[in-house]
Amino acid sequence: MATEHGSETGFETEQEFVETEDGTRRRLAFVDRFPEAARTARICLWIAFAAFGVGALFGLIQALHRTNTLRIISSADYYTILTGHGVLLALVFTTFGIAGLFHWANTRSLGVSPTSRRLTQGWLWTMSIGTLLAAGTIVAGLFDWIPASADVLYTFYAPLEAHPLFYVGAALLIVGSWGAGLDWFLQYREWRSHNPDARIPLQSFMVMTTMLMWYLSSAGVAIEVVFFLIPWSLGLISQVDPLLTRTLFWYFGHPVVYFWLLPAYVVWYTVLPKLSGGRLFSDPLARVTFVLFLLLSTPVGFHHQYTDPGIASGYKLVAMTNTMFLLLPSLLTLFTVVASMEHGARQQGSTGRLAWLKDLPWERPEFSGIALAGIMFAAGGFSGMINAGMNINYLIHNTLWVPGHFHLTVGTAYALTLMAIAYWLVPQLTGKRLQFRGLAAVQPFVWFVGMVLMSNAMHRGGLAGIPRRTAEPQYDMVSFDAVVGTVGEMRLQIAIGGTLLFVGAVMFLAVMFGTWALGKPNSRLRVNGTIPEPLSGPEESPRVLDNLKLWTAIAIMLVLLAYGIPLYDMVADGLLSPGSVPFPE
Amino acid sequence: MHVHRFERLWFGASLVLIVAFIGTIIYGAVGPGIAMVDDSGGTVEPSVIADGEYEQADNFREPGVYDTEDGVDVYVVARQYFFQPGTSEPIRVPAGEEISFHVTSPDVTHGFNLAGTNVNTMVIPGQVAEFSVTFEETGEHGIVCHEYCGDGHHTMEGQVVVVEQSEFEGGEN
Ligand code: HEM
Ligand SMILES: [Cu+2]
Ligand SMILES: [Cu+2]
Repeated sequence: MATEHGSETGFETEQEFVETEDGTRRRLAFVDRFPEAARTARICLWIAFAAFGVGALFGLIQALHRTNTLRIISSADYYTILTGHGVLLALVFTTFGIAGLFHWANTRSLGVSPTSRRLTQGWLWTMSIGTLLAAGTIVAGLFDWIPASADVLYTFYAPLEAHPLFYVGAALLIVGSWGAGLDWFLQYREWRSHNPDARIPLQSFMVMTTMLMWYLSSAGVAIEVVFFLIPWSLGLISQVDPLLTRTLFWYFGHPVVYFWLLPAYVVWYTVLPKLSGGRLFSDPLARVTFVLFLLLSTPVGFHHQYTDPGIASGYKLVAMTNTMFLLLPSLLTLFTVVASMEHGARQQGSTGRLAWLKDLPWERPEFSGIALAGIMFAAGGFSGMINAGMNINYLIHNTLWVPGHFHLTVGTAYALTLMAIAYWLVPQLTGKRLQFRGLAAVQPFVWFVGMVLMSNAMHRGGLAGIPRRTAEPQYDMVSFDAVVGTVGEMRLQIAIGGTLLFVGAVMFLAVMFGTWALGKPNSRLRVNGTIPEPLSGPEESPRVLDNLKLWTAIAIMLVLLAYGIPLYDMVADGLLSPGSVPFPE
Repeated sequence: MHVHRFERLWFGASLVLIVAFIGTIIYGAVGPGIAMVDDSGGTVEPSVIADGEYEQADNFREPGVYDTEDGVDVYVVARQYFFQPGTSEPIRVPAGEEISFHVTSPDVTHGFNLAGTNVNTMVIPGQVAEFSVTFEETGEHGIVCHEYCGDGHHTMEGQVVVVEQSEFEGGEN
């Protein structure tokens, strides 16, 4: 049980024997202790991986099409594929991957099973049906004989209109994720009833702060979709205000990137130190980081609208300032990650100023994947600071720079971390030993090299003014002058990089499929889920850190400050005006 | 709460960095006067633009280039899939003079970017994007619609031609 260790944390409590010498197999992996929760987490991950596979294929098609390397679709269909890529990867792969990871993390750290089977089934089905509806309407756009389409990209800016079922699907995906959050809060309440005075176990603390941030921010897109886009696409209201709906989208659109990132942070804080052979530096600092994200993730959305008309500069300036402060928790994380890895290497006997770097277990994919994801994230953070600069942003807004940036963040920091942790976690969720370990060991490096090629070229292409989201980035009246390199060389790197990334995705899926199909249940797993206690534990931190109600209240206040007046401005001239009818009409 | 000395240092350095960033950006925004898009262009019903009833709008004129005593005003309508003016005939403006652009859309959201420069705005139905640019040199700039606006999006482009003051014909005022 969670607290039998006598420590207040409930953190270092599991005794998971992966194997016994005499072959009696008294194994206590996660799947043995919590079979039901393991099953739920597994289903979430399989759906996430399926979305990832299709999304990666679409990504390959895009990378080859826009560089004019290989064209198997028409340029008009490019946008259908791109919508599929954005939705399947940025919304489905992420949300299901996070649900699987959090379901494991919350259950593991609390040591309590989810409390209601019906609730779990409910959110799983809601999210799944939502995904099927959204993906179905998108793919229908490829077939002329199906009278539905959703060629609106994953940002679905009105007045571009999708089939109503697309919006219903998106809404269900989000509402389902709220149910998942509820499941985890109820688990916590159950744990709390047995542990009235204990500090919240760290992973559960992280899950809950992330979900609070998610409730606060996804309310924006839920309002956009349920109150405006669904009635509008059904013809119940004739027009919507494009700026208002767009603002509601971006109210959600920045925090959503933290929703993608924080699960990676959970892994970096709680599992990476162990995988590097050591333990987390500081539990309190990890809590501070997550609280800062809860407070600051939402009142920043206007930084995606720096170039939007209709929004006063003052509001943009407030968002910019908040955004810069939001750098703080990420910089703190950078410190912890590097320090924990160094500590781990030194625990294993490594010496020297930098020699410890090469003593880390690079041959193990669960480690190398996370470490490479962290390196890419540092680069992505740097290009993100440029995005956040209100005036420099004008140079790169909506150019290829932007996908160059977020393939480092969500496309690698999140995606590669999830793949890496899957190498470690899936055996514990299935009871099957990882198959094709050799393939797994090179996979993170393939992804890394592919991303270095694709992303650097995208960044430079953006500086040359090449737009994102276009099937034909060559124009009669426009010439793109590369600041560094040549446009032709960038195209080549994007094509090769995209191909390598696709190969990396296939390798990952092959390992997962092989493990599922060939692994024997009850095998010796070669990994264990024990997480060592941090160097300084939560006892040393003020209790107020665990006061989630307080932090939520402050977060809401900050949101009201940043959004109250701007939203009032937008609705003062009528909720639906200036208004647009749907296109295509 | 015990915080390691290196952590304190890092924390402090991070804060300094952040404040420095904010400082430079605010300086950049109010100092040298880099024009940013805000709400100064006002709003206009998209249907007014779609029907070409420009006289009904007090903040938007018939698309074209106007030479007024306050400087040069350019009114552009971005629509699926061309800029008017810009696509079928280039937007001709004089060098060395402040040009005020006013851009709006009667249909969906578009973008207006002079490729490779920081002249960059979203074009949102219902809103007029207003911003000023001074071109120091003569030459041509390609206009790209950089927001997906439908399946012909990649065909939406145009041109700004910057000419000597003496060659600038003016246009109506
Ligand atoms: C096989 C790996 C991948 C390849 C080859 C790839 C390729 C691309 C390319 C070329 C674009 C730009 C399209 C354009 O703007 O015209 C793009 C956009 C995008 N990608 Fe990827 N990508 C991959 C993986 C990922 C992953 C793992 C994620 C997120 C988890 C992701 C999220 C996105 C998003 C959100 C967009 C923007 C869509 C939009 O503008 O509407 N991609 N991708
Ligand atoms: Cu953002
Ligand atoms: Cu366009």
